[in-house]
Formats: sequence, structure tokens, C-alpha cells
Amino acid sequence: MATLQVELVAVERKIWSGEASMVIARTTEGELGVLPGHAPLLGQLAEGGVVTIRTDSGEDVVVAAHGGFLSVTERGVSILAETAEISTDIDVERAREALRRAEDAGDDPEALNAARRAQSRLRAAGESA
Amino acid sequence: MASSLRALRRRIRSTKSTKKIFSAQELIAGARIVRAQARVEASKPYAREITRVLSALASSASLDHPLLTERQDPQRAAVLVITSDRGFAGSYNVNVLRRTEELLALLRQEGKEPVLYVVGRKGETYYSFRDREMAETFTGFSEQPAYENAREVGSALIDVFTAGEDDEQGGAGADGVLGVDELHIVYTEFRSLLSQVPVAKRMAPLEVEEVEEFDYEREDRESGTGTDSGVPTSYEFEPSAEGLLDSLLPKYITTRIYAAMLEAAASESASRRRAMKSASDNAEELAKTLSRQANQARQAEITQEISEIVGGADALISAGSRD
Repeated sequence: MATLQVELVAVERKIWSGEASMVIARTTEGELGVLPGHAPLLGQLAEGGVVTIRTDSGEDVVVAAHGGFLSVTERGVSILAETAEISTDIDVERAREALRRAEDAGDDPEALNAARRAQSRLRAAGESA
Repeated sequence: MASSLRALRRRIRSTKSTKKIFSAQELIAGARIVRAQARVEASKPYAREITRVLSALASSASLDHPLLTERQDPQRAAVLVITSDRGFAGSYNVNVLRRTEELLALLRQEGKEPVLYVVGRKGETYYSFRDREMAETFTGFSEQPAYENAREVGSALIDVFTAGEDDEQGGAGADGVLGVDELHIVYTEFRSLLSQVPVAKRMAPLEVEEVEEFDYEREDRESGTGTDSGVPTSYEFEPSAEGLLDSLLPKYITTRIYAAMLEAAASESASRRRAMKSASDNAEELAKTLSRQANQARQAEITQEISEIVGGADALISAGSRD
């Protein structure tokens, strides 16, 4: 079976790379699933988005990616994010705390950004946000 | 004589204790270089990917984004200088600041008014001591810059650059904010542990770096996946190519600032280690010379004492034989 070569890189380091059978992401235009052989595509990920990478073995790697881009080429998929966290590394308590703090801080752009970041982390961890 | 011996011993003690400080600094800097280099390495995949995406985009979108177009008759140019927060780093800051002065002189020659943005406390003190105006300063992270810091600096610069778009001859334009028409950066490039070179680069209007594109093509060829036909892949864009360019370019500039900061941090630690190494070598040398002098002084003191005793005994004997 054909697979996708997926690279997930955040600014400060590479987060994940490997083979996958499918990548699900949400761009600013809408939900999107990428299978092997997808046409080349450049997309901007929606703010507070969650990216799901379905690996070869059928497991799902769920990632909270913030401020990112998705690039699909014939070689595979690269996901570029300013910050990204794999769901298993996410501390739900801390994300909740961050969300509460951000919501209390009012609506300046910084706080809104922080709130969206926290929401995407919660969503990736499978919690309601 | 006795007093000079005491003074020498005091100097030896103080030299030895400063030497301890220098070698501790040297060890810390050594450990920091390793970490800083690792961070430079870790940031490379992202830089490579974003360059790749941008070059793909550049071949598809019309390149008339404000961050890409050369402005007619540029009036003001922002210069971002990256220095360190602490001293003890040999000629590191001096070199960066000298390179900056060269750039400033060049800009003035071209009739552009430079506007300074400074990272690092050393640069800040340098310019404030000389009563030079700085538009903004950022301090407290020169040794371990985080992406957050780069974003703060980057958004300040991009804001002022965008504000400069409608500036008119010598005055602020419609938005009432006096912006700039060019962005430059001066930082220290980390070539190796022994060589760090201050460099000045222009960040905006952006020349999408052909060197990097070239690297990427070469890498493609090496890995055997490149499209040798030379036909660029045609991409689908979500949202439009122009929309993507809008959000991608500021990120690209921030990434370049971040990369520059990381390199500067590695260079800073490397120069600090070198400076501290020669300082502790010097201190050791000094301690050695001083203890030789001290030994000589001690020996002289003893010799003098002996000759005094002998002299005294002789005097007593000769006095006794007369009785």
C-alpha cells in the first residue's frame, strides 16, 4: 500500500516524522483529508486546529498545531507549525488553566491567541473545549 | 622587604580566585555552546520547510506583496542589531557594533536614515552612552532566545515596515505613523568554534534566498526525488496564493530573525569561552610569575636574617675576646 511520508515540524524542533496512511487537518477553507497520491497542495491551517495523522499501523497521532501550514507534495506531507504538541504530551490540567487565564484576560489579541492555543490543545487531548 | 612579600602573597591569592571565576565561566560557556548548537540544528527542519513552501509559492503567485517589492526612493531603514546581554565575551559585541556602524554609514551615504532596533543589553548601553536614538530595545534573552522573543521582535519590525508603505517625502503618510522602507539585520554568524563573523543582511524587501533554493534543489537531486524535468509542481492553494503569501511572509521573516538569534547565541557562548580561556591562562601565568617573585623575596628575607645573625654573633665573639 502506498504511504505518505509525513513530517511535522515546529519552529524549535521536529515533532514527528514517519509513514502514514492518511492525514486529516482543517485549513482555513475547511476540513481536509489527505491520502497517498493527493494533488500538490498548500494550505493554511485553521487557528486552534487539530491535525490527525493515521499511521501505517492504524494508530492515530493527534497533534495540536498552532499557526501552521500544510504542504502536500508528491513526496509526502509536511506540516509547519509555530507551536505543536502531540496529544499524549498534553497536560490537560495546564491547558484548562491556560484557557481560563486567557478567557479572564479579556479580548486583546494576545489573550485571544492564547485561548485558541489552549482550546486546540484540549481538543487534541480529546477533551471538550 | 617583609611588606612586599605580604603584598605579593595578597596578589597571588586574588589572581588565583579570579582565575577560578574565569575557568567557571569558561566551563559554563562551553556547555552552552553545545546546547546552542543543538538548538540551531533543531530549528533547521522548519527553516528548510518554510523556504521550500515559500519558493513553491513564489513560482505560482504574483510577487507584488509589499514585503517583496522594492520601494521607490527609500527614506528610512530599520537596522536590527543583535548583541549580548552580558560582557565577558571578548570582542564579540565590539565586532557586531563595528559592523553595524559600517552599515549605518553606508545607509546614510545612500541617503537613507537608519532607525536602530537593538537586542541585548550591551548594544543598548553602547548606544545610550553615545546618546544615539534607538527605536526599540529588547533585552534579557540573548543567551537562550525562544521563538516567542523572535516573534516579539519580528512583529515590531514588520509593523513599522508596513507603516512605511504610505510614507511621503519626509513625513508620515495617511496612517500617521512614520515607518521604514527597508529592514536590515546585523548578527554574528557561527561558522565554527573558532570563527564567528559579524554579518549584515537585508531582510525586507525580501529577496527570496536563492542560495537556499539551490540547497533544496541539490538535496532533491541527492535524494533522487527531484523533478529533473524542471517543470514546477503546480499546487492547489487554500486559501488563495496571495492570502497564503500574506500570512507566510511575516512568519518567514520571524523565522529568519529567530535563526539569526540562535546563531548569535551560539557565537556569543563561543567567544565567551575563548575569552575566558585566555583570561584564565593569563591569570595562571600571572600567578606563576608572582609566586616566583614571592619565593625570591622570601629567600632574600631569609638570607638577610642569616647574615644579620652571623653578623651579630661575630660582633658578640669579637666583643667577648676583648674582655
